[in-house]
Amino acid sequence: MAQPVEISLSVNGAPQTRAVEPRLLLSDFIRQDLGLTGTHVGCEHGVCGACTVMLDGESVRSCLVFAVQADGAEVTTVEGLTPGEGPLHVLQEAFRDAHGLQCGFCTPGILMSMVPFLRDHPSPDEGEIREALSGNLCRCTGYENIVQAVALAAERMGDAGMTGVIGGEVRAARGEGPHPGS
Amino acid sequence: MSSRSYVGKSPVRNEDRRLLTGQALFVDDVQLPGMLHAAFVRSDYAHALIQGIDTSAALAREGVVAVITAEDLGDYWQPGPLLVPPPPIEGIVFNQASQVPLAKDRVRHVGEAIAMVVAVSRYVAEDAVADVIVDMEPLDPVVDLEAALGDDAPVLHPQLGTNLAAHVVQRHGDYDEAKLSADLVINRRFHYDRGAAAAMENRAVAARWDPRSEELTIWDTTQAPIPIRNGLARMLGLLESQVRVVAPFVGGGFGPKIMMFYPEEVLIPWVAIRLGRPVKWTEDRQENFFATTQERSQIHDAEVAFSSDGKILGIRDFFYHDTGAYDPYGLTVPINSQCTLLGPYDVPAYHSEFRAVFTNRTTVTPVRGAGRQHGVFVMERLLDIGARELGLSPHEIRRRNYLRDDVFPHTFQILFQDFAPLYYDSGNYAPALEAALDIIGRDTFREEQARLRAEGRYIGLGVVSYVEGTGIGPYEGARVTVEPSGRVRVATGLGTQGQGHYTAFAQIVAEVLDVAVDDVHVVTGDTREFGWGTGTFASRGAVVAGSACHEAALSVRRKVLEVGARVLGASVDEVELAAGSVRVMGDDARSIKLGMLAGHANPLRGAVTPGTEPGLEATAYFGPDHGSTASGVHAVVVEVDPETAMAKFLRYVVVHDCGKLINPVIVAGQVQGGVAHGIGNAFFEQLVYDEGGQLMNASFMDYLLPTAMDVPRVEMAHRETTAPLNPLGLKGVGEAGCIPTGAAFAQAIEDALPHLALEIREIPLSPNRLWELLRDAAPADRRDEPIGAEPMAAD
Repeated sequence: MAQPVEISLSVNGAPQTRAVEPRLLLSDFIRQDLGLTGTHVGCEHGVCGACTVMLDGESVRSCLVFAVQADGAEVTTVEGLTPGEGPLHVLQEAFRDAHGLQCGFCTPGILMSMVPFLRDHPSPDEGEIREALSGNLCRCTGYENIVQAVALAAERMGDAGMTGVIGGEVRAARGEGPHPGS
Repeated sequence: MSSRSYVGKSPVRNEDRRLLTGQALFVDDVQLPGMLHAAFVRSDYAHALIQGIDTSAALAREGVVAVITAEDLGDYWQPGPLLVPPPPIEGIVFNQASQVPLAKDRVRHVGEAIAMVVAVSRYVAEDAVADVIVDMEPLDPVVDLEAALGDDAPVLHPQLGTNLAAHVVQRHGDYDEAKLSADLVINRRFHYDRGAAAAMENRAVAARWDPRSEELTIWDTTQAPIPIRNGLARMLGLLESQVRVVAPFVGGGFGPKIMMFYPEEVLIPWVAIRLGRPVKWTEDRQENFFATTQERSQIHDAEVAFSSDGKILGIRDFFYHDTGAYDPYGLTVPINSQCTLLGPYDVPAYHSEFRAVFTNRTTVTPVRGAGRQHGVFVMERLLDIGARELGLSPHEIRRRNYLRDDVFPHTFQILFQDFAPLYYDSGNYAPALEAALDIIGRDTFREEQARLRAEGRYIGLGVVSYVEGTGIGPYEGARVTVEPSGRVRVATGLGTQGQGHYTAFAQIVAEVLDVAVDDVHVVTGDTREFGWGTGTFASRGAVVAGSACHEAALSVRRKVLEVGARVLGASVDEVELAAGSVRVMGDDARSIKLGMLAGHANPLRGAVTPGTEPGLEATAYFGPDHGSTASGVHAVVVEVDPETAMAKFLRYVVVHDCGKLINPVIVAGQVQGGVAHGIGNAFFEQLVYDEGGQLMNASFMDYLLPTAMDVPRVEMAHRETTAPLNPLGLKGVGEAGCIPTGAAFAQAIEDALPHLALEIREIPLSPNRLWELLRDAAPADRRDEPIGAEPMAAD
């Protein structure tokens, strides 16, 4: 067993310093060492996207990154989107409103893929959304409501002059009208 | 019933906040002080004898706590129970060979567990798995379904002396007689092959034994926590009340997460007790491809007899069903195939005979659809071939054979998977076909097809029908409690894997008690909360558990009104529910909130009147005599590139009838998701085994799930033929979306390429396999009994 290596990084804004085995995956570090179990592991070989987190602002598959590679980095997980009991992030709210999740296992990874996507593509068309989603597998939904949720989030962010940054607060009133997913 | 209506609406889901914020508990999230981690030594061979197991190097590795082989289990080593016994069909042959916790002397499929390593971390446990040396003597494997029954085939289970797992004949009418009067007889062979359920969450089990309270707690990704509890209590010699099985949030089920028992479910609790420490095992994706059950390999030799006007006179079907290495789930899958083949059609004579065979492949248990796909594929293909031969459109031949809407309830002579005669409670099939054609555009599609053909593009239309027996018994239960906070607690026994039970059941209860949906807190899948029931399968959660929630809520409503009347000094006839309160009708000043009333129903002084119970609480059970039969039509437009054989679904229309809808948005989500699974099954997903029984594509790199680029938006229309056998008129919907997709796809591909004598008789296809079929297809004008090369009118 190789000697542990000390790493320091920021996770959801909080500094963390730990000694880890060099072979420890970032996904396991996040889930086991930090107890942030919102990041899920679906395939451990970089295909399903469930373990996606943001590393220095970009989506990465945390099962394909060693924890030691994140030394000095800023990591954001799904827990970082909505601190505590605060209001949902506009993207989370859109997923709820559009029924963009069923079992919810793949959802955190999809959220963490879509946050930077919407930052870089504030007015995506459906084709762009589908392409952006194509790196995340979902077995329950058939994707349609996920596409709708991302489009809804983009629309609400646009209305509020937002760019998809974390911590934004848009509480779009939920009307009693037709459900976006119906 | 109440001033506000919730059933039939689509409130946002109660469970979503927890799932969206990463707070929902999945089994692999369970972390306990002192927890150990397990990993498994698995067979590299499909069929082999175990000559010896050397665990010494593994045990010597730092951090390894235990290495367990079959010998170490002593009397605890037992083959698993038979989850579903064979139905009482005359002349049935059923040979039981259920899975074992760890292979003792022989392995029967790649990935079968041989030894369990327990260590301080999963990393160390996996290191130690590589240290275990297993001396194996390879045997010839059985992979081919027909060869499995040959005289010279190696036998998987020597005590049986045969690879025959079952032989079942069911019939009604006299097929031979029907055939004598036929104008057209068609005989074909059809293949259906395996796919993976591929829930995004792999299986996981964690267990903790508390020696002080003498309680065993198990977190399990199972779809059936109560049967798992009952079975483990029996095996471990514990009271059922000492064992708590929790199936918390489960990341998709789709069938394989219901088994009695997976080896890991038997071993993790046992080793946790033995070591006195919590132990967890989480399957990795590669293990999932080998060790989680699969489905769908069958070969059908089917024959249909038509009259000259396209009426079915009879069908005879012989088929082989691959049950894999073991058959713990009995005959649910092939019986479903046998029954569902009949579909929405009037088939006066039916002879169906199957042989289930053991093969050296992963065990087969139901996967979303559970055998229904195969039957639907065979029937719909026979109709398509018959239509072509008779010069009818695919739609017209279906119209001529649908069961009329005045035949319900309709009982067949053959037995269904619930052991009762196959029974259609209600249905109305023909209008669904017309509705689907309207949505596709019956007048415009052929013009569009011709226009694109002129541009060198090939699109085709596929329109098929199906029924799905859903919502079978035996029963589920629910307990509804009004708490002093005014919030309502609902507990039911089945597990939930994304179906929205926390919301749909809340809607049912909210409607009866006139409270807000998000004030109804639903808990599922925790045997400590509710200990009676079976599980989530056969599209039955909403129908059976939903009906139990409804019954329990009605009982609570009666109590609320009785206690409310007493407290308010009125008669029961004079009070009503109103938005979380009971009030005297016409006197708003005399009212009391439900939470306050719950306090009155649980007094600290005074006596509980004989014949009454404290609290505003009731438990109810629901067990339908028969399931309820959902149905529908799928209509697809597929574009295929004849050069590359790449195909794409351009449109996907579903006209679906699942009775009354509790939550239309959830129902639509179930259908859309089922269609995605069906598209994968039709064109992307196939578990490819070589002749040695090795799975060649055991990763998501090689086994392709459909992505957001591959699944179109499903255009949906709901029809509501109310089910008569449950109080809310419900039918199940969980599996329907994926059942007829292969049949629709095949018809559409043929329709897109009318210049070829193409006849698709197998699913899954892939671009490669379709390319081979196109390469080998003769021009249409050289078909044995040619029909015009011009496409049929969509009428």
